[in-house]
Amino acid sequence: MMETKNTELATTLGTRSLKRDILAEGLQYLTFNLAGEEYGIDILKVQEIRGWMPVTKVPNAPVFVRGVMNLRGAIVPVIDLRLRFGLEAVEYTKITVVIVVTVQSDSGSRIIGMVVDGVSDVLNVNATDIKPSPDFGTAVHTEFISGLVTIEAGMVMLLDVDRLLSIDEMFALEAVRTTESRGVAMLAA
Amino acid sequence: MAIDIGQFVQTFFEESLEGLDIMEAGLLALPPGAVDMEQINTIFRAVHSIKGGSGTFGFQDLTAFAHVMETLLDRMRQGQMDVTSEAVNTLLESVDCLREMLVAARAGAAVDNDRVEHLRERLHLLLNQVNVAVSEHTASPSPVSPTTTPPTGWRINFQPHSDLMHNGNDPVRLFRELSTLGELTVRCDPRQLPHLAKLKPEDCYLSWELELQGTVSHEELVEVFAWVEDDCDLRIEALAKEPTASNPVVARTPGEEGQQGELLLERRKSEDRRQSDRRGPAPADTASIRVGIDKVDAVINLVGELVTTQSMLSVLGVDFDMSRLDKLHEALDQLDRNTRDLQEHVMRIRMMPVSSVFSRFPRMVHDISGKLGKQVELRINGEQTELDKTVIEKIGDPLVHLVRNSLDHGLEPPAERLEQGKPETGAIMLNAYHKSGSIFIEVGDDGRGLNRDALLRKGLDAGLLKPGEDYSDEQIHDLIFHPGLSTAAQISDVSGRGVGMDVVRRNIQDLGGSIQIGSQRGQGTQITICLPLTLAILDGQLVSIGQDCYIIPLLSIVESVQLRAGSVNRVAGRGEVLRFRGQHLPILRLYQMFGAEGAVTDLEKGLLVVVEADGRQVGLFVDDLQGQQQVSIKSMEKNFRRVPGVSGATILGDGRVGLILDISGLIRVNNAVT
Amino acid sequence: MAKILVADDSASMRQMVEFTLKEAGHQVVVAEDGQAALNLARGMTADLVITDVNMPNMDGITLIRELRALPAFKFTPILTLTTESTTEKKMEGKDAGATGWIVKPFNPEKLLMTVNKVLG
Repeated sequence: MMETKNTELATTLGTRSLKRDILAEGLQYLTFNLAGEEYGIDILKVQEIRGWMPVTKVPNAPVFVRGVMNLRGAIVPVIDLRLRFGLEAVEYTKITVVIVVTVQSDSGSRIIGMVVDGVSDVLNVNATDIKPSPDFGTAVHTEFISGLVTIEAGMVMLLDVDRLLSIDEMFALEAVRTTESRGVAMLAA
Repeated sequence: MAIDIGQFVQTFFEESLEGLDIMEAGLLALPPGAVDMEQINTIFRAVHSIKGGSGTFGFQDLTAFAHVMETLLDRMRQGQMDVTSEAVNTLLESVDCLREMLVAARAGAAVDNDRVEHLRERLHLLLNQVNVAVSEHTASPSPVSPTTTPPTGWRINFQPHSDLMHNGNDPVRLFRELSTLGELTVRCDPRQLPHLAKLKPEDCYLSWELELQGTVSHEELVEVFAWVEDDCDLRIEALAKEPTASNPVVARTPGEEGQQGELLLERRKSEDRRQSDRRGPAPADTASIRVGIDKVDAVINLVGELVTTQSMLSVLGVDFDMSRLDKLHEALDQLDRNTRDLQEHVMRIRMMPVSSVFSRFPRMVHDISGKLGKQVELRINGEQTELDKTVIEKIGDPLVHLVRNSLDHGLEPPAERLEQGKPETGAIMLNAYHKSGSIFIEVGDDGRGLNRDALLRKGLDAGLLKPGEDYSDEQIHDLIFHPGLSTAAQISDVSGRGVGMDVVRRNIQDLGGSIQIGSQRGQGTQITICLPLTLAILDGQLVSIGQDCYIIPLLSIVESVQLRAGSVNRVAGRGEVLRFRGQHLPILRLYQMFGAEGAVTDLEKGLLVVVEADGRQVGLFVDDLQGQQQVSIKSMEKNFRRVPGVSGATILGDGRVGLILDISGLIRVNNAVT
Repeated sequence: MAKILVADDSASMRQMVEFTLKEAGHQVVVAEDGQAALNLARGMTADLVITDVNMPNMDGITLIRELRALPAFKFTPILTLTTESTTEKKMEGKDAGATGWIVKPFNPEKLLMTVNKVLG
C-alpha cells in the first residue's frame, strides 16, 4: 500500500514545477507522519523519497545522526527526525521512509536524508491559509515551525528544514547536551 | 569567409604566460655583464612571440609594452647594450607587469596604467642611456611630395635580375596581381635571351614594359613589387595628362615606407572595428589542462581494449552455460586489468610536472637573498616529477613558506658562514621524486640547523614536555609544528624557524600527506613532505570494528600483529603501550574512540595494525582484517561535516559507505591525550 | 587546394594559421620550430611554406637556407611571418631565399589574401 503511495508521490514530484505554475501563488507541501503528528515541508526542498536502508555509522556524531548513506555516489547524512525532536525512538519498519531534502546553509546547499514514520500526502495550500506558529503545545521547538495549516483531519505543522537540518546548529546543540561522550572529548582535543 | 580568431585567444594567453616564465627563468640565469647569446635569444624570442600574438589578437596595450621590452633585448642581443643588473631587474619587473596585463586582459579587467607607464619610461630611459647614437627607426615624415591628383595610370619598366626566380618569386604572379588593380598591358622584351645552349632554365632573362590603366595609388604598386624590389630594376612612372607630373620613382624611399605604414594602419583600424563587433566580451576563464598527446593516445588505446573485452563478455552472455565458466573468468580478469589500467592512465591526465611550482623559486630566492644580503645557490632536482593538478595548486604556498624560512632563518649571512668554515654561498635544495607509490618533496638548506637545547627549553616552559624525560631528536624537532610554539616571537631567535609551521603541516595533511623534519645543528635542516600520488583514489585495507567497516590507507600500514597475553603494559600518563621492536608503541582502541558496539574488547582476540604517519607509529586495535581494495575518495564535508579521525568516505563493493581513517589525525589525538 | 607547410613556435599563431588555411580548403602541415619543419620537408613536397622568423632550435632564416638547398624546395614560395616592418629585417629573410613576407599582426583575411597572391 505504501508503495503505491510512493509511486503516486513520485508522479506528483515529477510534475511539481508544472503544478506550481498552475497554482500560481499556491504552495505545495509534502506531509508526513511522526509520532502521531502531521508535518509538512516545502515540496521544492524534496529530492526523493526512499525506503529505509541500513546506513554507515559515523563515530561520535549526535545520536540523531544515524549515519551516512550512498546516494548515487554521494555521501549523504541521515537524520532521525524523532530523535532530532527529542522524541522516543522506534524500530524501523517497512513503511519507515527517508525523505531526501536539499538544505541551504551558509556554506552552500547540502543534501540530507531524514527518517520519518511514513509519508502521507501532498498538500496544496494557499499562502493566506497559513497561520503563524503557536508558542506552546507542540512537541517541536517552535523555532523550526514556519506556520500551521488546518485540514479536515486536523492540523499540519509546516517545518523550516533549512533551520531544522542545519548541520552546524545540530552539532552546536549536541556539544552543549553531551559532555560525557568520551570519544568526542578525546577526538576534539 | 569570416574566421573567429577568438577561439585561439585562450591558447595565446596560455603560451604567453609560459613565455613569461621562460623569460623570468632566463633573466635570472643571466649573469650581469656576461654575454650569453643563447640565453638572451631565448628571452628575446619569448617577448617577441607575445608581441606578435597580442597584436594579432587585438591587445594593443600588450603589443606596445612588449615592443619596448623587445627593443631593449634586441639591443642586448646585438651587443649594443650591456647586460647590467639594473637592466635585468627592470626587465624582471616588466615581466611581472606584462603578466599582470595578460591576466587582466584575460579576465577583461583593467590594469594599473600608472605602473605600466612608469615601467615603460624606465625601459625607455635604459634605451636612451646607452644608445644615443643608434637612432630609433621610426620614420621621419616624408620629404617626398605626395601625388596630389591621382594619375590615370602607370607605366612600369620591370627588369628582373637573373636570380629573381631563385627565391620562389614569379613575374607572372606579379602581373596577375597587377591585373586585379586595373587594366594591364604587358610587353615582353626578350632581347637578353641567350642562345639555347647557354640558357640556364632557372634564370630569368626577360624584362617587361607594363602599362596599368586605372586609379591606382603609387603605394599599391610598390606593395605589389615589395618582395622583389631588390631582385629587379624597377621604374614606375605616372601616366599623366600634364607632362610635368611625370615622376620617376626608384623602388622605395624611407618616406614611402612611412606612408605605406600609415596606410596599413588605417586599414587595420577598420578591420579591427569589424572584428571587435564580433568578438564581444573576453571569454570566461575556464580551467584547463594541457595534456601531452601521448597520454591521450594511451587512454584511447585502453578504451579500445576495454571495448574488446566488453564485446567478449557480451558474446559469452548470449547463451552462457557452465562449461564456459573458465572463459568467463578469463574475460572478467581482463576486464579487471583494463579497468585498472584505464583508471591509472586517466589519473595521469591530471598529473602535471612539479616544475610549474618549482619555477617560481629562482625568482623568489633571487629577490629575497638580495634583500637579506645573503648569497644563495638554489639547487633544483626532479622538477619533472608529476603530481596531481589539485596537489600542484595547493602545494605552492606551503613550499614558499618553507623556502622562505630557509632563506630568512636557516641560512647564515656570508660572514657568519665563513667564520664557521662554510662556503660563503649557502645552498637551498629543492628535490622531488617518486617512491613506493608516494611523491616526496624535500626542502633542505645547509644553514645553521635547529637548536635542540633551545627548543627543549621552550617545550618545557610551555608544558609540552616533561622535565626529566628522555626525548628523541625527532620529538623535539617536531615541536616546531606545534601551534603554540611556532610563532615568530617565540622561536625565530632560538630555532631559526619562522612562523606558521603548524599551518604548513595542516595544509599538507589536508592533501592527505605528511611532513617530517630532520636537522643537524650547524649543518642544516631538511624538511620532507610525503604526498599521495592522487587525491582521488587510494589503496585501502578494510578492517572491521564491531559491526562497522573502516578503511586504513595501505601506505600507512607498517604491519599487523596478533597480541599475546601480557605483552601490553599500562604506563602512567601514556595509556597502553606495547613493547614492539625496541620501542614503546601506543595502542589506540578504535572501538573506544569511535564508540562502536559489539566490538572485540579483549586485546588478545583482535588484531593490532601498526600504522605510521609524520614519522610516528601507533597500533590501532581492530577486530579483524577484511580485504584490500582500491577505493575512490569521497568528501564527507560536502553534505555533512569533517569527522575527527576520518579523512573521507568511499563506496564499498556492496554499495555501502565505508569511512577512511585519518591516520595522522589519530596519531595527533593520541599525542594530545597522552 | 594547395599543400602548405607552416612553422611557428607560438601555438596560438600556429593554430590560427592552420585553421584559416584549412578553412580555405588547403592541406596544412605544421611544425613548431625550424628543425621540425626541416625534418618534415625532407619527406614531402609543398606548394608553399610559411615560417616564423624567431624560433628556438632553428630560426626561420636558417630554415629558409636549408630548404632552398633541398631540390624539392628550390623554387617553392616561402613566406616569412615577421613583426618587423623595417626593410633591414625583411631583407634578412629575402637574402636567405624567402619569396616574401607577411607582417604581423595580421588577421585571417590578410593571410588568405597574401597566400592566394602567391598560389595564384
